[in-house]
Amino acid sequence: MDSVFGVEYDGGVVLAADQSNARSILVYQTNLDKIKELSSHSAMGVAGPNADVVNFTEYIAKNLKLYELSNDGMKLSTHAQANFARGELATALRRGPYQVNILLGGYDDSTKKGSLYFLDYLASCQKVKYGSQGYASSFCLSIMDKECRDGMSEADAIAIVEKCITEIHTRFLISQKNFMIKVIDKDGVRVNKFGADPAET
Amino acid sequence: MARRYDASTTTFSPEGRLHQVEYAIEAINNAGTCVGILASDGIIMACEKRVTSGLLAPAKTSEKTYKLCQHAACTVAGLTADANILIDQARLRAGRYEYQYQENIPVEQLVEHVCNYKQAYTQYGGLRPFGVAFLFAGYDPHHGFQLYQSDPSGNYSGWKATVIGANNQAGKSLLKTDYGAKPDEEDGDVAEEMKTDEGGEDEKKKDVEGEIRLPNTPGALRLAVKVLNKTNDGTAVAADKMELFVLSLDEKGECVHKILGKEEAQNVIDEVEAESASAGDA
Repeated sequence: MDSVFGVEYDGGVVLAADQSNARSILVYQTNLDKIKELSSHSAMGVAGPNADVVNFTEYIAKNLKLYELSNDGMKLSTHAQANFARGELATALRRGPYQVNILLGGYDDSTKKGSLYFLDYLASCQKVKYGSQGYASSFCLSIMDKECRDGMSEADAIAIVEKCITEIHTRFLISQKNFMIKVIDKDGVRVNKFGADPAET
Repeated sequence: MARRYDASTTTFSPEGRLHQVEYAIEAINNAGTCVGILASDGIIMACEKRVTSGLLAPAKTSEKTYKLCQHAACTVAGLTADANILIDQARLRAGRYEYQYQENIPVEQLVEHVCNYKQAYTQYGGLRPFGVAFLFAGYDPHHGFQLYQSDPSGNYSGWKATVIGANNQAGKSLLKTDYGAKPDEEDGDVAEEMKTDEGGEDEKKKDVEGEIRLPNTPGALRLAVKVLNKTNDGTAVAADKMELFVLSLDEKGECVHKILGKEEAQNVIDEVEAESASAGDA
């Protein structure tokens, strides 16, 4: 039931995700952070069962860290990170799949650009200018189709994300009161806004 | 003294040496010389071809230079059969990295992989080490053009210019004096400052500004031929006894591997001869 979406703009990427953690009729928490940092300049918004979300994200993040440690601080580009993650999904697919749907966003110093990748549980991997996972797609994609354009600023991208959140609040059956928004640009990954503080128990 | 401790790779001598590894390195000092030179716009690898018989059928594309992937190549000094195994390993590693990350493997990672493979044969299994030394030449966006040398111990280092195989000491001493000595005025632009931060010797600087100047590829080719002539006991090497390889970028920024044809090689040899003749007159 997770809502995850993202938009690329000129110089970075914005990722957004709802913060609710629920199963059946029970809400476990409403301050979950579903946008997991992978490296200093990349993060993924992940939809799916919490176990797989955490397991897969940490596995990828730690492997990326190992790469940096093994290679004298060299970082993998966003494109390489996305394809690596996709490879892991593909390998696990016919054994014990990770049931995760991902939007991976990152900033590359070499191109001075942000990039956004759509990966799903069947191990697809596609570079996109904007995207969403889950039921949110039904509400957000058309807004993004209409509003997204090349050369947007960070403010433009955030405005579109806010529109999507408003739409979900208005029209989506399931209550997702709190959303986490993160921005990835030359200064790294930072929280733009959240509905509820993940740090608070 | 070495006699008791030299039969097994996996045994240190009392002086803390691995004799098998050292003997392997000795084997390479009898092999055909290879020179590697880093230029501002590419890398040169020049090899002496040891043709043992006129009856031999021509080898594949090359007997000394091997393409590892689109952006890296290597030359071999030592046991060719051993080299084939390691070259396969390198090609596999490059391919697997590309499959995993959909990107070219950074050159140093490729070199390190081959070297780690070699190192295993100095520590486990009771197998002898590989009797091969390599010069690796490659390009990646992280560190630009890079030249690496590796030996049977599994050790590797980055170089601006180096020599392996027969008479490599003579070759290296010539490189020490001649590499980066002067800009190649006749070929146009003055070479740029070193981009890579790899280790390797700091060459003596003879410039006013005090920076190391890389030659351009034509200049590096001439220097390589000069070195080969020196390592060949001072006799000039004929065009068909040498193999000149250049790794560079084309206009689109893609890597190009080129082994010079007979005529082009002859041109370089002639230029070197002309240079030394005029230097002799001065």
